[in-house]
Amino acid sequence: MTSKLDTPGRSVRTPAGAREATVAGLGSLSRAMALGFVRDRTAMFFTILFPLMFLVIFGLLFRDSGTSRSEIIQVGPVPVLDALPAEARAGVDEVLDIEQSDDLDAALEKVRTGDVDAAVEQRGNTVVVHYSAADPVSASTVQAILREIVQAANLAANPTPPRFTFEAQQVEDASLKPIQYLTPGLLGWAVATGAMFGAALTLVTWRQKKILRRLRLSPVSTPIVSGARIGVSIVIALVQGAIFVAVASLPVFGLRLSAYWWMAIPLLIAGTLAFLAIGQLAGSFTKTPEAASAVANLIVLPMAFLSGAFFPLQNAPSWLNTISSVLPLRHLVDGLLDVMVRGQGPAAVLPELGILLGFAVVVGAIAVALFRWDDA
Amino acid sequence: MSEAIIVRDIRKSYGQTRAVDGVSFEVTEGEFFGILGPNGAGKTTTLEIIEGLRKPDGGEVQLLGMSPWPRHTSLLPRIGVQLQASSFFERLTAREQIRTWASLYGVSTRRADEMLELVGLTDKANTRIEKLSGGQAQRLSIACALAHDPEVVFLDEPTSGLDPQARRNLWDLLREINRQGRTVVLTTHYLDEAEALCERVAIMDRGKILQIGPPAALVRGLDAPTRISVESGTIAAHDARALAGDAEISDDGVSLTIATRDPARVLAALAERSALRGLSVRGATLEDVFLNLTGREYRDDD
Ligand SMILES: Nc1ncnc2c1ncn2[C@@H]1O[C@H](COP(=O)(O)OP(=O)(O)OP(=O)(O)O)[C@@H](O)[C@H]1O
Ligand SMILES: [Mg+2]
Repeated sequence: MTSKLDTPGRSVRTPAGAREATVAGLGSLSRAMALGFVRDRTAMFFTILFPLMFLVIFGLLFRDSGTSRSEIIQVGPVPVLDALPAEARAGVDEVLDIEQSDDLDAALEKVRTGDVDAAVEQRGNTVVVHYSAADPVSASTVQAILREIVQAANLAANPTPPRFTFEAQQVEDASLKPIQYLTPGLLGWAVATGAMFGAALTLVTWRQKKILRRLRLSPVSTPIVSGARIGVSIVIALVQGAIFVAVASLPVFGLRLSAYWWMAIPLLIAGTLAFLAIGQLAGSFTKTPEAASAVANLIVLPMAFLSGAFFPLQNAPSWLNTISSVLPLRHLVDGLLDVMVRGQGPAAVLPELGILLGFAVVVGAIAVALFRWDDA
Repeated sequence: MSEAIIVRDIRKSYGQTRAVDGVSFEVTEGEFFGILGPNGAGKTTTLEIIEGLRKPDGGEVQLLGMSPWPRHTSLLPRIGVQLQASSFFERLTAREQIRTWASLYGVSTRRADEMLELVGLTDKANTRIEKLSGGQAQRLSIACALAHDPEVVFLDEPTSGLDPQARRNLWDLLREINRQGRTVVLTTHYLDEAEALCERVAIMDRGKILQIGPPAALVRGLDAPTRISVESGTIAAHDARALAGDAEISDDGVSLTIATRDPARVLAALAERSALRGLSVRGATLEDVFLNLTGREYRDDD
C-alpha cells in the first residue's frame, strides 16, 4: 500500500510533531475549556459570585452578631474596670455593655433569665464572673474579654511576676470571629461546587454536543482531555481561593490568616481532584446538562451542610460528626480551617490531603471505567 | 491502485431497526465516492462504522489497511471527518474553533487561518459558533475536517443547509481536494450533487446498497426517456402526442412535458412548429434510477 503521507511536501504534519501535537493539544483544549467557562455567565456566577455572595452576606450578618456588645451587670465597684484608662475603657465599651448595680441577687436573676450575659463583681483581688451555662457562647465571650482585661491590669500593675495567673487557653472555634470559620468553610463549598459542576457539565455537554465523538476521531488521547479539565479546574479553584481571601480580608470582615495559610493551596488542589472525580462520575450517569446539574447539586448541597461548610460542627451532635467524617468536603473544610485560621502546621493536614487524594483516585477510577464517548 | 476502504458485509441493528443490513463496497485511493439515499437509509451509520465511531454487529472494515475499531490513534490523523451533527466547542469563535481542532493534529495556526479563508469565513473569524448561520457552521465544520490534510475525507451531507452559491463553492473545493489525490467519501440526499461530484455512487435504501457504479453508467443502463418541456399552451396535447410514437405527455398547467426515447425527432418537430417557448430538456437522472430500483419516488424528506 502506498501512503500519500510519505510523499514529501504533501503533509502539513510531521511525524516528529506527534509529541508537540500532544502538548499543543493539552494547551488548546485547556484554552477552549477556559474560554468556554469565562464566557459562560451562568457558570461564572455560580462558581465565583454566588459563593462570594454567601461570604459577604454571612460575613456581614455574623459580624454584627459577633461583635454586638455583650450585656453585663457590674455589681458594686470593680476596680479592674473602673480604673481603666479612658482609651481602654472606650475599647471595652465597644464590646461590653456594662450596667451598674448594687443588687447581686437581682443581677444573678437577670443572668439566669438570660436578660444579660453575665454579672461581674470583684472580691479583693479576685474578679468573679457569674454566667449561665444556658448560653455557653456568649458566656465564653464575656469570660474571654474580662480575662484579657484582668491580664492587662496585671501587667499594668506589676509587669513581673503577675499577681494573678491565667492558664493560656487555646482559642476554640466558638470564640473565633465568624469570618474566620466562614471563609474556609464557604471556600471549601465553592471549590467543591466549581470542580463538580465543571467536570459533570463538561462531560455531559461535550457528549451531547458531539464534541466527544469528534474528539474521538482526532488523535488526542483521553488523558489529555482529562488533563485539560483538571488543569482548568485547579486554576479556577486557586482563583476562587484568592478572591475569597481578598474579600474576607477587607477591613469590614477582617479575616486574619495564620502562618501556614499557603498549605491551603495543596488542599485546594487535592479537593479539586476529589470533586472532579465525583463530578465525572455524575456526568457518566446523566445525559443532559440539566440532569447533571441536578445530580451535582443533590450531592454537593447536603454535603456542604453536613461538612460544616456553613457553620462550625464543634457543637453538632456526634452522629453528625460521624456522618460527615466520610464526606470529602468535611476533610477539605477541616484542613482549610486548620491551616488558614487555626494556625496548625503543614503536618497537621497531611491526613486530610491523603483522604482527599485517595477519594480522587478511587472515585476517579470508577468514573474512568464508566466513561462513554457517546450516548448511543 | 490500492483500496483506501474495504467494507465487507457490515451490519448494524438498533433494536428492530436494521440500520445497515449487509453492506459491501470498496473505495479506491484517490476516488470520489458517494453514498446516496433518502432519510434513514443507513448512510450515516455506514460512514460511522467505517470511521470507527461505531462497532458493527457483523462484517469487516479495512480503512487504509487498518481496522478502525477499536480506536487507533495512528490511523486517526490520516482521516478527516465532518460529522452530520456539527460538533463545536461552546462559546468559541470560528477562528478559535478551527485553531483548537487543528492543534489537536499538530497543525499550525497559520494553516488553520488559511482553511478559514478557503471556506470563505475570514470575515466571520471573530463570530462565536452560536452566532454563525447553519451554512457557515457547516463550512467551518468542513474546514475543520480538512485542516490536517487527511488522506481520506468523510463528509456526511456536506452541502445540506448551504445556499446555491456556497454549494457550488464547496463543490469546487471538494473537487480540488480530490484532484490533489485525496480519497473523498460523501453522503448526500441530492442526486444532482452525486452526479456532479462522484466518480461512483452507491444507491442505498433501507440499510442495503441497491446499486453501485458511475452515475452516468447507472443512468444510461436505465434506458429511461428524455423529458422535453415547453410552456403550457405552446402546443396542444394531442398534437404533442403525435410527435413521437412512444411519447408520454403530462401537463401541470405550467409546462407541458413530453417523455420520449427519441428526443431528436421530437425537438426537430417542435422547432418546425416554432413551439419552443420555455424549452427545457432533461435526460434521465439518478432520480429515475432510484425510482426504477425501489418503485418509489425519490423524496429526501421521506
Ligand atoms: N443511535 C441510534 N439509535 C437507534 N436508531 C438509530 C440510531 N442511529 C440511527 N438509527 C436508525 O438507523 C436508521 C439509519 O439511520 P442513519 O442515520 O444511518 O440514516 P441516514 O441515511 O444517515 O439518514 P439521514 O439522511 O436522515 O441522515 C434509521 O432508521 C435510524 O432511525
Ligand atoms: Mg445521515
